[in-house]
Amino acid sequence: MSLLEISGNLNMIGYAIATIAPALGVAWIFASVINGTARQPEARGAMMSTAFIGFAVVEALAIIAIALAFVL
Amino acid sequence: MTLGLLPLETGDYTPPGTKDFLWYSLMPGDLPDWVNKPLVQAIIGALLVIILWVIASRKLKVQPSKGQFFAEYMYEFVRNGIARDILHADFRKYLPYLLGLFSFLLVNNWFGQFFLFMYPAFSNVGFAYGLAILSWLVYVGAGFAKWGFGGFLKKALIPDGVPAYLLPLVIPLEFLATFITRPITLALRLFANLFAGHLVVMVFAIGGGWLLSQQDNLFYNISGGVSILFSIIIMLLELFIGALQAYIFTVLTAQYVSTSIAEAH
Repeated sequence: MSLLEISGNLNMIGYAIATIAPALGVAWIFASVINGTARQPEARGAMMSTAFIGFAVVEALAIIAIALAFVL
Repeated sequence: MTLGLLPLETGDYTPPGTKDFLWYSLMPGDLPDWVNKPLVQAIIGALLVIILWVIASRKLKVQPSKGQFFAEYMYEFVRNGIARDILHADFRKYLPYLLGLFSFLLVNNWFGQFFLFMYPAFSNVGFAYGLAILSWLVYVGAGFAKWGFGGFLKKALIPDGVPAYLLPLVIPLEFLATFITRPITLALRLFANLFAGHLVVMVFAIGGGWLLSQQDNLFYNISGGVSILFSIIIMLLELFIGALQAYIFTVLTAQYVSTSIAEAH
């Protein structure tokens, strides 16, 4: 008799692992923006637009991972 | 009846999944399969955005009414906060597209928490691909219109200061980044956020409803009630995430337009 049977797809565990690095990256980017804004509030606009490019590039990793988790 | 270790494992419970995102014809037999709930919602959303902005832009007064104040607040948020900050001098040409994109996304994302609809149309990936292709056409078209065909390709594919022996490596990478991964990530970011959010709400609402309906087990009933209350809290979070995703999609579109029309420094 099996007490507990877990069914599902192992891909999701792989996706969960793959989100760790982009999560840290996105957190780091916005932490730097907050730091920079605290040091020089008037530079916020310039920093935000750069931050969003970096955010898009870093988050692309997690997004490619979710696509592959469903496809593969 | 065998009892599972977890309350939801006893058998007659089917957890929500990707099958809940499949929709069929609204009137089977009369209408084709593609006239489904997400499509109708997207059309209603588009009409709503058009009608609201037409009403908002008529009879403008120097001393604004409450409605005009609200419309101007929205307009200035997109105009000053997104378009002018990112596109600088020539933002006027792209402002109508950005404003329409932002309000369409906002209305459609909030349909996910709105009674009567309760479903965000962009949690179907096809709709997100459609908008991303539109944005792709806008930013690639803006580049071609400003720099000409060869000029834009040269600007997009060859970054400044790259030595000649690295070009065979850099050009394919830049091509992949500019023309292929940008629209795909744009679409999938919007889709994945709304899909995951709707799925989480369904897990708590359907699972909570199942637990509430179990007889003779007070523990199940209380935890079911708590999880239904929790699903409402998650819906409030989803309101925020819907607005955030609309903002990010618009900002990134403006950013991509800006990189394709910016002068080289």
